[in-house]
Amino acid sequence: MAKRIDVNDLNVYYSKFRAVEGVSINIEPKSVTAFIGPSGCGKSTFLRTLNRMHEVIPGGRVEGEVLLDGDNLYGPGVDPVTVRSQIGMVFQRPNPFPTMSIKDNVLAGVKLNGKKISKSDADALVEKSLRGANLWNEVKDRLDKPGSGLSGGQQQRLCIARTIAVKPDVILMDEPCSALDPISTLAIEDLINELKNDYTVVIVTHNMQQAARVSDRTAFFNIAGTGKPGKLIEFNDTATIFSNPEQKATEDYVSGRFG
Amino acid sequence: MSAMTTSERRNTATPPTGPSRKRNSLAKGKLPKWAVPAVAGGSIILGAAGSTLTGFNVATFAIYSAVIFLVAASVATTVVEGKRRGKNATWTYLIYASFILALIPLASVLYTVLEKGLPGMNMHFLFSSMNGITGAVDNQTVENGTPVLGGAYHALMGTLLITLWATVISVPVGMLTAIYLVEYGKNGPLARAITFFVDVMTGIPSIVAGLFAAAFFGLLLGPNSRMGIVAAVALSVLMIPTVVRSTEEMLKIVPNELREASYALGVRRWRTILKVVIPTAISGIASGVTLAIARVIGETAPILVTAGIASNINLNVFANWMSTLPTFIYYQIMTPTSPTNVDPSIQRAWAAALLLILMVMALNLAARLIAKLFAPKKGR
Repeated sequence: MAKRIDVNDLNVYYSKFRAVEGVSINIEPKSVTAFIGPSGCGKSTFLRTLNRMHEVIPGGRVEGEVLLDGDNLYGPGVDPVTVRSQIGMVFQRPNPFPTMSIKDNVLAGVKLNGKKISKSDADALVEKSLRGANLWNEVKDRLDKPGSGLSGGQQQRLCIARTIAVKPDVILMDEPCSALDPISTLAIEDLINELKNDYTVVIVTHNMQQAARVSDRTAFFNIAGTGKPGKLIEFNDTATIFSNPEQKATEDYVSGRFG
Repeated sequence: MSAMTTSERRNTATPPTGPSRKRNSLAKGKLPKWAVPAVAGGSIILGAAGSTLTGFNVATFAIYSAVIFLVAASVATTVVEGKRRGKNATWTYLIYASFILALIPLASVLYTVLEKGLPGMNMHFLFSSMNGITGAVDNQTVENGTPVLGGAYHALMGTLLITLWATVISVPVGMLTAIYLVEYGKNGPLARAITFFVDVMTGIPSIVAGLFAAAFFGLLLGPNSRMGIVAAVALSVLMIPTVVRSTEEMLKIVPNELREASYALGVRRWRTILKVVIPTAISGIASGVTLAIARVIGETAPILVTAGIASNINLNVFANWMSTLPTFIYYQIMTPTSPTNVDPSIQRAWAAALLLILMVMALNLAARLIAKLFAPKKGR
């Protein structure tokens, strides 16, 4: 569990448009890495390349290499499905499966893949995952109710439970709190702090306070102008990025003097 | 008189209490509540009078009343409440009028079919065929005044079997086409070509579909190979585009986020489609399929050229001619069993029409029920 990710000179394209240019970054295991930067700078796009979700979009393609504990995700013969089962993802908007109960949502990764699981194992996995997502006490009496009946914050934690139920090595989070209220955001942030004991967590956020609160290291992405590719400007310890950044652009952005 | 009662009622509903007794200055310049009903009453009286001048009949009475009401109510509203509210009133009444106009044929059809079909609708009609019912039998029935013999059981079973087979053929083909278009084709050249030809197929006249199926099976099995399955193929030619279209629309509205959520869990594409996308859209797909069935169940021409006509019970779609309810109705009306005494045939035809309408109604209700049953449940 918890593997490191090393990215070497990665370019990300939408058809002919280069959205992200020349990113190299080393993400340590059992840490929280935050990506910050203005809208459209390619941080979400870059995050999606880390579990091969970018190529789901028509025209999406990637050049360069992403190493998961030394194995290239984009090497020849690599099955994206294998990659995705090791690198889980939580999306911006909570998206539990509307046809499934809370329990089935947690078990989705197992059941949708057609794996057989005994009832006792399933119950144990559901409880463990929901406890891991700090949701167990709120839903334990209504596991057979639809997941869409939960509040937004609960739905997002259900999605996290669903992600950790497949026992990934890395969890990617694409602005997981941007659709949530402050209380739910706090619950998710607490959860991220606990998750880093077992997983490598990468989180994209627009909220700089959030990056400062939850992350160990922060990467700042920026874009020279519309139509230009996004670049990784600076990557360092979170404390350094927010108090003593090397680049002028980073300082302007984190101090709110951007644009 | 109506003015008195309305204002009295208003007073009892909200007892006068001090200053609020005064009329609200924000609500001034409005027609009183009794005005529109009063105009309607006046229009009906004037309409009746106008109609009587030219010899009273219901149609002119209704038209005159409606036109008088429309003009009078619009003018009254414009004068009292202003131009904007006047326009609003005009369009409101026009919309009501169109609604009633659209409802008239439906109500009329239902009434006529019930009136003429109910006398012939009984257990004997539902559970016996036309086998052995000749003109002589009908003549005897009319002479003796006994209940009409012969029924539509063979046609009922024919309709059910042929429609069932048409559904069995079109649903897999149509659904798989739609899945290709939405999930795999992604607006590529093949997907665009398929969409185009599906659109063309929607416009194929039903008789052409029937001729196609007849000619196709004629080539395969020799001329005059008429049987239920040929009719089912003809109907499926008509059904497939409807199924493709409705399934496509339903699959398109499944949020992409659900597909991505599934992919991100390491689920393969075909499993995502099978276990996430289709279950999410199944209620819409099922009701679309049911409505497609309802559309083809009443087809007559393609059945005539593909399954022929039969008076005996044939439950095998792979051999011999078959009747369906529409062809049964057609033959009972066009070539009555007894040319001299047509009443029994006409009674059977109307009863069969009633049966057909009931089946279509049941299918539409089933579509609603299915949509409700399969819809993703909200619950806390």
